[in-house]
Amino acid sequence: MTPVSRVVSEAVPGAPKQDPILVVDGLRREFGGLVAVDIAHLEVQRGAITALIGPNGAGKTTAFNLMSGFDTPTAGSSSFDGHITSEVSGHRLAQLGMVRTFQLTRVLTRLTVLENMMLGAVNQIGERPWTSPFKPLWAKQDEQIRERAEELLVRFKLDHVKNEYAGNISGGQRKLLEMARALMVEPKLVMLDEPMAGVNPALKQSLLGHVKNLQAEGMTVLFIEHDMDMVHEIADWVMVMAEGRLIAEGTPDQISNNRAVVDAYLGEHQGTSFLEDA
Amino acid sequence: MSTRILDVENLVAGYIPEVNILNGCNVHVDAGEFVGIIGPNGAGKSTLLKALLGMCGVREGTVHLNGENVTGKKAHELIPLGVGYVPQTNNVFPSLTVKENLEMGCFLNPKVFTHRLDVVMDMFPKLRERASQKARGLSGGERQMVAMGRALMLEPSLLLLDEPSAGLSPALQDEVFLQCRRINKTGVAILMVEQNARRCLQVAGRGYVLDQGKNAYTGTGRELLNDPNVIELYLGSLSRATGG
Repeated sequence: MTPVSRVVSEAVPGAPKQDPILVVDGLRREFGGLVAVDIAHLEVQRGAITALIGPNGAGKTTAFNLMSGFDTPTAGSSSFDGHITSEVSGHRLAQLGMVRTFQLTRVLTRLTVLENMMLGAVNQIGERPWTSPFKPLWAKQDEQIRERAEELLVRFKLDHVKNEYAGNISGGQRKLLEMARALMVEPKLVMLDEPMAGVNPALKQSLLGHVKNLQAEGMTVLFIEHDMDMVHEIADWVMVMAEGRLIAEGTPDQISNNRAVVDAYLGEHQGTSFLEDA
Repeated sequence: MSTRILDVENLVAGYIPEVNILNGCNVHVDAGEFVGIIGPNGAGKSTLLKALLGMCGVREGTVHLNGENVTGKKAHELIPLGVGYVPQTNNVFPSLTVKENLEMGCFLNPKVFTHRLDVVMDMFPKLRERASQKARGLSGGERQMVAMGRALMLEPSLLLLDEPSAGLSPALQDEVFLQCRRINKTGVAILMVEQNARRCLQVAGRGYVLDQGKNAYTGTGRELLNDPNVIELYLGSLSRATGG
């Protein structure tokens, strides 16, 4: 069941979108002599779920780092809602409504799961030096943040470990914690770097429903993923990178049938079973 | 009658005192068998492999390898007994060449190096092309091959694999699974922990579903793939890309 695409665009790399939330222009990142990213133009449609796929080493995460302001481009720019991401500090971007997760999880291991979550909320009155000594000023907001955190932990099936140190939960659970924490920001644009790697299939399915809800709540989602089931299930639009360039974009079905993408990335065994004598 | 290589009985293990991750887990592997282990996050899959290799505290239960009690023995004592292990991440020496990485696999018995190098490179022809290249510059799939090749250098009778497909593109994942099947066909028994549950059960002859540190379901790969409970609780019903 392919979702009705919310993206009206031509299936050519760099095609313009009706209402882009993220615009990339001439983006280039070199490491020594190696050109890791070289994207002429790319637009991400607001309100859509866009997947970014491509072989290992294609430059997807580097592109993510540039778009989210974690890395500075050698040339070109990436702008989020009109703000050039490399010129805006990380916390400011979060306040503007852009948040991302990492492929290798970055949770605070010596805080509990719940504390990790509560830290994610922005504009906390209790975090300002002149109000933090006076608990009555922030106790109510703190309570609201706690409620929201606990609600998200239930949705991500982490409520039973909320008082564990984040360093003691499993790799897959850390992945979930990171995604849940990102949502504490109540972002406009969520960027997920391989959100489903290491998450078991049944939980994956319930999370997919949750990602679709984010879209229903008005968020834009951009994610990197190798799991084509996930891409087919929820993505409105797919972009494919190879060797640092954007080589194709289109709906999931258009991409699955794109010969270049099958050769470079999907492989010939897609959709077949490895059961012997099957 | 096949011989039992690995027999794990009622294993209870964990990292922090009084917190058990495994709560009485039973797993066995016969000679030449291909066994897959799947299960939800935090079920104790990786902990099981670590407990087998003496990398976390075993509190109760036993591990037998070829009939010998090896409970709590460390990795360096198990490798001479015919166990090969491929960790999930950081499993190659990036600053060493492919050939040097493989040589590290022979650390405990350097005499066999030349002979086994040929065997392993026949198994992974790509490694022969890249023999003198630093592992740092390899792609994810190639690194996985180096790690597996290294584990095979001492001719193990049992290979332990922790999520060999993690982080690889669909084409490379498929390649890794087919490669595991080829290794198994040469007579090496495999115990594989995987998150790509469908592919894992497709290539494995037999599988276990772990949940909360215990066995939840056991059966042949095909039985588990078709078991409505396993699909509902674990596999999910998305199956387009990996051929349900």
